[in-house]
Amino acid sequence: MPFWERIKEDFPIFHNLGENFTYLDSAATSQKPYSVINALSDFYSRHNSNVHRGIYRLSEEATDLYGRSRENVSRFIGSSDPRQIVFVRNTTEALNLLAYSLGHDLVEGDEILLTIMEHHSNIVPWQFLQEKGVRIKYADIREDGTLDMDDLASKISPRTKIVSVTHVSNVLGTINPVAEIGRIAHDNGSIFIVDGAQSVPHMPVDVGRIGCDFMAFSGHKMLGPTGIGCLYGRIDLLEKMRPFMGGGEMIREVYTDHSTWADVPEKFEAGTPDIAGAIGLSAAVDYLRNLGMENVRDHGRELMRITFSLESEAGIPGLISYGPRNPDIRGPVYAFNIGSIHPMSVEESLADRGVGLGTVVHPHDVASTLDGKGVAVRSGHHCAMPLTHRINAVATSRASYYIYNTPEDVRRLFHSLEHTVKVYSR
Amino acid sequence: MTDEEERMEVLLDHYRSPHNYGKIENPTAELMEYNPVCGDTVQIFLIVENRKIREIKFMGRGCSVSQGSASMLTDLVGGKTVDEAMSIAPEQIVDMIGLPLGPSREKCALLPLNALQKCLKKAGFGKV
Repeated sequence: MPFWERIKEDFPIFHNLGENFTYLDSAATSQKPYSVINALSDFYSRHNSNVHRGIYRLSEEATDLYGRSRENVSRFIGSSDPRQIVFVRNTTEALNLLAYSLGHDLVEGDEILLTIMEHHSNIVPWQFLQEKGVRIKYADIREDGTLDMDDLASKISPRTKIVSVTHVSNVLGTINPVAEIGRIAHDNGSIFIVDGAQSVPHMPVDVGRIGCDFMAFSGHKMLGPTGIGCLYGRIDLLEKMRPFMGGGEMIREVYTDHSTWADVPEKFEAGTPDIAGAIGLSAAVDYLRNLGMENVRDHGRELMRITFSLESEAGIPGLISYGPRNPDIRGPVYAFNIGSIHPMSVEESLADRGVGLGTVVHPHDVASTLDGKGVAVRSGHHCAMPLTHRINAVATSRASYYIYNTPEDVRRLFHSLEHTVKVYSR
Repeated sequence: MTDEEERMEVLLDHYRSPHNYGKIENPTAELMEYNPVCGDTVQIFLIVENRKIREIKFMGRGCSVSQGSASMLTDLVGGKTVDEAMSIAPEQIVDMIGLPLGPSREKCALLPLNALQKCLKKAGFGKV
């Protein structure tokens, strides 16, 4: 078992910012260990050159390192062929690539099935297709924050061409039964896409076992650098798809009137890629593999157990938290409010509703006050506005954990929340 | 207590016990401003006589910065002329609060001023 209490020592930011800094925003981005930072520095100091084109030794080195990073990431998620990994900037870009490329073949009346708990990156790219008459449907959630599978099954139709769901909700923490959803999608003849942004960093993920056609995830949420992310895609599907962006690296031949495409995955990697980023991501994968993803998952589950137990002990007045209470189907994300501020439309009037002063502490004030105590949490809609409104809130505060967080960090969260309520009670 | 803590206390006093909170029946003008991103809401009610703000009240919900700022603003503009109210600059509000807010919370601070100035414009008191 990893010695969790000492993991912070691998991360220079904790040394630099000191003991009173408690980082609880890893669902937004993770901190980086020395090994990742050093991999970037090492690449730029010793191997820097462009990939795929130089005949000289240095360029071959860079190309080799870039290719080995692809192989490493491919193995990490159980992909059988490194050509199934397309390097992109992040999850958002991977999903935009899919919406553009797969969306090209959709026609008016075709449907895309999402869930109400999606991040905006798995909503907005598909909304672009509404212009050509494509319809979007959303599977709902149940009261406990789990996905309503009956609702999902009822919303799939012969016109459903794509089913795209998040593996783990970045607000509720819900771990969705993606293998089961994949079977439903494939029985219907739909393409099945998984947003793995919040799962690949936190649990063992095997694309073969999930049975997805595509999976999108970001490097920066899994200890890697910003600017590098991955699209996993089944090789036979990637080969059939049209490219996303045009330019260098992605072509075989260019004439004045037409071009032909490079093989997969280069076909989808126009321009000089984030070579150092891919190498940094590979170092992050090594770090996580060394910890063991089962151990990483257990650690996240344990922190959620502690969170639930401290939540009941603390008895903070007005505290509402969201998402499943069972740590076995819950990623390490804790969204909460102190009192609830409901969303409203501009047509409504506060006076007509009789809204007065209550016992609510706004998520902004929660985040600011926690920040004053050295505890970094996020507040807002967390790029999931439809979900935030679905849970009848205008915003939430969110603490999210990763491998370097400890039970002491969770205790600090609740101590600081007690302080917050004292400051703002009226 | 540091200067910043003192200013924070002042803001929190306004937040906890806002001045001029409530509704005016039959106002000269009324307007609600809403930030969909964080839910901060301020509704302004005005009675204007001879181009002077004779009475101002607000209702609102949201964070301490938006609601505290609304309370302070109503103190500031009560009795002032509409032209004086229209010429209040955003920097004055930020200075009035006197705390390091950062760009995202400055939006909270300025919501009440926007509401007031839109309300005056709606009532025809905007600059010609």
